[in-house]
Amino acid sequence: MTGDGTFALAALLLHALAFLVLAVVAPLRRLGRPAAWFSILCAAGSLVSALLAWQRHAGDAMSRLVWEWLPAQGQTLATVGVLADAESTIMLTLVALVACLVQVYSLGYLSDEPAPSLGRYYAYQSLFAFSMMGLVLAPNFVQLFICWELVGLCSYLLIGFWYYKPEAARAAVKAFWITKAGDVGLLIGIVLLWRQSGTFDLTEMRVLVDNGALPLAGLSLITFCIYLGAVGKSAQFPLHVWLPDAMEGPTPVSALIHAATMVTAGVYLLLRTEWLFALTPDVLLIVAWVGAFTALLAASLACAQDDIKRVLAYSTVSQLGYMMTAIGAGFAAAGFFHLLTHGLFKALLFLGAGAVIHAVHGNDLPQMGGLARRMPQTTVVFLVGTLSLAGIPLFGGFLSKEEILGAVWAGGLTGPFVLLMMVAFLTAFYMFRVVFLAFFGTPPARDTHPHDPPMTMALPLWILAALSLGVGIYFAVAGPALPFGPAEHEFTSPDWLMPAAVGAAVGGILLAWLTYQRRAIDAATLASALGPIRHAALRRFWMDDLFEGVYGLGLLGFSRLIGWIDRYLVDGVLNVVSAWTVTSGDDLRTMQTGRAQDYVYGVALGLMILLLWVRWALA
Amino acid sequence: MNGVPILSVMTWAPFVSALAIMFFARRRPMLVRWTSLAGATVSLVASLWVYWAYDRELAGFQFREEIALVPSLGISYLVAVDGISALMALLTSIIIFSGVFASWTVKERSQEFYALLLILVTGVYGVFVSLDLFVFFLFYEIAVLPMYLLIGIWGSSAEVRPQGIFGWAMGRTGVGTKEYAAMKLTLYLLFGSAFILVGVLALYVATGSQTFSFLTLASMEFDPALQTWVFLAFYIGFGILAGIWPLHTWSPDGHASAPTAVSMLHAGVLMKLGAYGFVRLGMGLLPDAAVDWAWLVGTIGCINIVYGALSAMAQIDLKYVIAYSSVSHMGIVMLGVATLTPNGLNGAVFQMFAHGIMTGLFFALVGLVYEKAHSREIFKMGGFGAMMPGIATAFTVGGLSSLGLPATAGFPAELLTFLGAWSSEYRWWLFPGVLGAFLTSIYVLRVAKQIFWGPESADPHFQNLPDAQGPEWAALGILVFVLVLFGVAPSLAIGPVDTATIPLLFRLTGQ
Repeated sequence: MTGDGTFALAALLLHALAFLVLAVVAPLRRLGRPAAWFSILCAAGSLVSALLAWQRHAGDAMSRLVWEWLPAQGQTLATVGVLADAESTIMLTLVALVACLVQVYSLGYLSDEPAPSLGRYYAYQSLFAFSMMGLVLAPNFVQLFICWELVGLCSYLLIGFWYYKPEAARAAVKAFWITKAGDVGLLIGIVLLWRQSGTFDLTEMRVLVDNGALPLAGLSLITFCIYLGAVGKSAQFPLHVWLPDAMEGPTPVSALIHAATMVTAGVYLLLRTEWLFALTPDVLLIVAWVGAFTALLAASLACAQDDIKRVLAYSTVSQLGYMMTAIGAGFAAAGFFHLLTHGLFKALLFLGAGAVIHAVHGNDLPQMGGLARRMPQTTVVFLVGTLSLAGIPLFGGFLSKEEILGAVWAGGLTGPFVLLMMVAFLTAFYMFRVVFLAFFGTPPARDTHPHDPPMTMALPLWILAALSLGVGIYFAVAGPALPFGPAEHEFTSPDWLMPAAVGAAVGGILLAWLTYQRRAIDAATLASALGPIRHAALRRFWMDDLFEGVYGLGLLGFSRLIGWIDRYLVDGVLNVVSAWTVTSGDDLRTMQTGRAQDYVYGVALGLMILLLWVRWALA
Repeated sequence: MNGVPILSVMTWAPFVSALAIMFFARRRPMLVRWTSLAGATVSLVASLWVYWAYDRELAGFQFREEIALVPSLGISYLVAVDGISALMALLTSIIIFSGVFASWTVKERSQEFYALLLILVTGVYGVFVSLDLFVFFLFYEIAVLPMYLLIGIWGSSAEVRPQGIFGWAMGRTGVGTKEYAAMKLTLYLLFGSAFILVGVLALYVATGSQTFSFLTLASMEFDPALQTWVFLAFYIGFGILAGIWPLHTWSPDGHASAPTAVSMLHAGVLMKLGAYGFVRLGMGLLPDAAVDWAWLVGTIGCINIVYGALSAMAQIDLKYVIAYSSVSHMGIVMLGVATLTPNGLNGAVFQMFAHGIMTGLFFALVGLVYEKAHSREIFKMGGFGAMMPGIATAFTVGGLSSLGLPATAGFPAELLTFLGAWSSEYRWWLFPGVLGAFLTSIYVLRVAKQIFWGPESADPHFQNLPDAQGPEWAALGILVFVLVLFGVAPSLAIGPVDTATIPLLFRLTGQ
């Protein structure tokens, strides 16, 4: 059984089973809670399978199971299956873990949801987990793209879960369209790459690249197109605008899809094809700069948000930028490490925020305050997540962040490195702004008697908190030796790096403490000092307006023009032809007077013409 | 099953049930429906059998039947199927079978309605299976003509304001009325079939007036000049039915005015007749011209894709959106055909099937929504998702297939076409193709969001609307199932189709 991919396949298929049963057996779905338990059971089984798969493949044992999916000219054009190796199984475990915890958590969070609606929710959740695992285990670009689109679909369905809310319906299509715009690039990239290499298969293509058999001409265009897909999915500038709006979905969805798993698919894609991107350093440079810029832009936007989920959403965008920068610097393993730790603590933060929202019935930070005394458990776990995100030693995000900063420095990208250091400072600042505003400080006048969440919600929180902390401590003891990634990608960080990064984080915390806890610095003064930037940040740097304009005026306007042309010019010509036919018929009808004399004149005229013609012809 | 003329059974079963309806089911509406269903079921079973029993190893034309009709002129009733026509016959069966359910609620003159519908279907089957060009043409006309009555009597009118420089002509012709739509569709298609007839006769004469048999004609090498003009005649003639730009304008008006089952059949199957005829006759008989003129066919296909999608986005009437989406999707078919590559051609045939099913589903849904809400105006409706979850879900599945979402039949079709486009001589065709898929996602989801997945409309007319009921579920269930099945397992369709495209392309490109 060792290394034959069966466990990975089982993890994948269990979620497929859950989805199929919930989708087809409508009576079970409408029961709500039993459907949820069925789905959770499958998710738990999937988690066990994923853990076993991880254990089997943690070394170098790679295995592939494929079946024909599309034939062409009597041969196989595309396959489906699983490619289980160290990278994919560890990612699989993360997905299985967060999916399982989120499903348990949702049981408490959505306890007020009507039964049929709850069943629908769990059907979507299972479909998502299945698709995400299919993406992670994809042995070729076709399956990758299939699952890539399917997770996008689940994202659309779950953002729009409460479709009767206008904002949710809007956010759902916005997310779909904007990620789809990136997918246009991805699809083009895949088609071009297929033509260039003659295969969709990752393993075969890797062999071609290692042997230097892949033609390099035009490869930059191809990798850039593939990167565009990652830009959409992983919310890189300028396609980042959908992610904050995606927060209209239920909070557990935000935790699973829009923080821990789906949005990291772009990073994962680049990681899986790093050997391809390594051939095109020019594209990698773009990846790094866009990543760093996205990180800074999103971090600055996060500082200006009053909605707790939006702060976390921009924070996700910012951290995705971090990972992308590391990949752009040529050290994909560092980005992947951060992806994994980020998956844990960001899921924790979102679920913690969900507990708060559940308790105070609102997302607004100014409406919260002093929750530490009412919700001690939530406060502790949220703090663990915050410290991880801020990159404080011993917490989960510390080492992975150091790795990224070291990688970017080692890659010689000074510009992005400086941007990322600024982001480290801002990250600590905006996260502690949330902590001080929500959990400390004075409670608002309108008191809703918040309390810690029920067991189904608390348990996942504690597990994630323990893991975030455990990962941090484990790596602090064992050293940052990653259990994956090629050895030649090792680098040594300069000695001043760690103190500098921790210093930036502590500085951010200090500023937040002075501003929002001690009130030594007036928040309003701080805001006015940053006047224009703050104004721009409140307007989201006009990016959303830009997209709105392109869509509303550009696209819809242009489509109306085409529609008008079609109706009134293209079809108009046709109508003119038929109108002429009818009119000339009408006109010619007047010749049919019905008087015998007229006809005799006509015959005489015709005869005369005929005679003249005969004479002319004979002459 | 040896000895059973299975293709004739499939073709004539609807015709026989049409006769039975006319003679024995007067004023008995339930009997009309059950008789129609019986005819459709026989055809469905026969076409499933043909599809399943088709020998992929052997390939070529199978289940052959031949009866000499007019030996002196070389006319015979010669029917057989290859991989492409077997799939098209299956598509026809699925659409008419669900179409019978979708028109269960037709009240007015249901006897004549069903009879005409079934006669039309016999024509469609006949086109797909006949290999004698004379009989092919006869069936082709049978498939087109009943449309006039079906739309003219059972259709519905839309409001179109005459304006623009040609406004006077629109007023004169009565744009928007069902009579206008019926007349426009019929005249336009007959205009096209005149080109086809001329082309067929030219080939017949060129071979020495011996035979109309496709098999004989396909083994001839025609003079290049003759090939060119006959090819262009076929392109215009079949192209009109396939909705090529700018000869597509019968389609939006026609499809919007037609009653539900007729729109399903017309957009789902009849437009495929055009593409099928173009592939079978245009490419199969005139290989040199097909290679020479591929640039034109593919480029116009690209225009169709983008132009159709943008026009669909501009519409405010639900049925027009679906009709224009057909124009856009038929562009993908023509693009795939023009690539002259195995993947492109497989993709084109798959797209014919996928689009047939999805547009059938769409028109069935629009019919249901209209029946419940009495409205087709997109921006007046809203929030139907809560009231009719089944219809809303089916619409979403159809929409997702339309935008080429994986796990629905639309995806493999588009993927194969795109692969073909990039392997063809005109690589840039890929970009409008992909752009079209993106634009589709915008207009389809915009409509889905407005009507189903959005806030509820305040209009009192749209309160407490029922979901689909009884036989209506059958239509939706079948179509959704097929759409997903062929998306998950595309080799079901590509397998047999592939056996037919290989020899076709070999003739064209020598590969």
